[in-house]
Amino acid sequence: MSRQQRIAEVFVELADTLVDDFDVVEFLTMLTERCVELLDADAAGLMLADQRGNLRLVASTAHESRQLEVFELQSDEGPCVESFRTGRQVLNLSTADTSRRWPRFAVAAQAAGFSSTHALPLRLRGQVLGGLNLFTREERRLSEEDTSVGQSMADIATISLLQERALDEQTRLSEQLQSALASRIAVEQAKGVLAARAGLSIPESFDAMRRHARRHGRPLSAVAADVISGALGPEEVLAAPQAPGRGGRRRRDPAPG
Amino acid sequence: MTSHRTRQILATLLDGDPQPGGLPHELAAWSSRSLPVSGAGIVVMVAHQPASTVAATDSVAMGLEDLQFVLGEGPCVESSVSGRSVLVPDLLRVDADRWPAYANGALDLGARALFALPLRVGAIRLGVMDLYRESPGPLLDGDLAEALAFADAATALLLHLQAQAEASTSGDPASPFELHDGRAEIHQATGVIAVQTGLSLAVALVVLRSRAYALDRPVLQVAREVLAGTLNVSRGEP
Repeated sequence: MSRQQRIAEVFVELADTLVDDFDVVEFLTMLTERCVELLDADAAGLMLADQRGNLRLVASTAHESRQLEVFELQSDEGPCVESFRTGRQVLNLSTADTSRRWPRFAVAAQAAGFSSTHALPLRLRGQVLGGLNLFTREERRLSEEDTSVGQSMADIATISLLQERALDEQTRLSEQLQSALASRIAVEQAKGVLAARAGLSIPESFDAMRRHARRHGRPLSAVAADVISGALGPEEVLAAPQAPGRGGRRRRDPAPG
Repeated sequence: MTSHRTRQILATLLDGDPQPGGLPHELAAWSSRSLPVSGAGIVVMVAHQPASTVAATDSVAMGLEDLQFVLGEGPCVESSVSGRSVLVPDLLRVDADRWPAYANGALDLGARALFALPLRVGAIRLGVMDLYRESPGPLLDGDLAEALAFADAATALLLHLQAQAEASTSGDPASPFELHDGRAEIHQATGVIAVQTGLSLAVALVVLRSRAYALDRPVLQVAREVLAGTLNVSRGEP
């Protein structure tokens, strides 16, 4: 498949997910994963601003603490904050560039093994809602095409935030952010619960919950809530069918609902 | 989730001399002064039902909480179940079957607009902050953001007071500031501790924080040790 075809496919997939009952954190997590894939990056994260202008991480491809740190410490300084405050793309920053301006950020990025940083704004008419942050291990410049694909991904993230409820737009944004953050925290708690119950690592339990959610067509946040309440035991979450075409076992499709 | 504004509110609150009625009451009174509302209440929920009113700024706010307690319906119950804010700019325009008994009772008490904000840390639902106004009208974005900052402060405060009760024999608990700032590992470790100890997530978070206090280390660092398996809070070691 050519890159163009794959890009088109991803956009269709994202548009398809934006239906009535989508889970905003799950959607944004998927979006960060597609960014990594399409732009050949090593990590991506979505930061949203609260009303006071502090950025908070809502979704990312990072699981491991050094990588998380790079996003989480950008609440009030760093390339993503710059992009959020100016509404502009902040592209192709090397470690030397970042260490001059944001020493704390640069140290964390280096510790996580990142050499190049990019940030694209989530724009909505005159407003900026946050930023999409991309990292590569190798020092690398984004091509013009990469930049435009990345900006499209940021725009899709903006649309998803507006989509969810029929409140008036002004009210929606801060409540939506609050709720998205709360769902994300519940997913983190559920990762810990499942990891401890099933003896998995944190990334493994996240994968298992996501696979389960997809298989059953349920929002990730609902699966997380059931894992926490115990309504969904580790055996059920882990009862993963073999990937199609691999292994001899027949896929056992669960009952709908 | 702690924003700068939430930190500011907590810092001011914890800095002053505790007034009669305690910190939750001060928080409610302050929120009602700085927002375009008539009054505020903070209620602790158990199994999505009002369990105890920890603050109410006036008799209407108290009456509204009593009403939800008796009827088991209303914005705070709905907010606790959904985990979302329930914003009612005009009680007269609410569908009759949404809260059949509560809506009339609230209007009789003199409330016209109601805003219920969930006090939650992920899946931990501690309670609800209820704001009311005698006149109709929405809470616009800037005010809503301010209200959400107060709700975050109330969440931090309730957890802080729980940890204080827990640690009352051994000194002060960890600072409330580190409570639910966005660090993923704190929430992951809370889940791990809940399983290791058989406690609820809410209590597991209190345990994590009191252990950090006992060890005199940042909560994030203790959370990392829990995740790495080098620290198990259900065993006896400090």
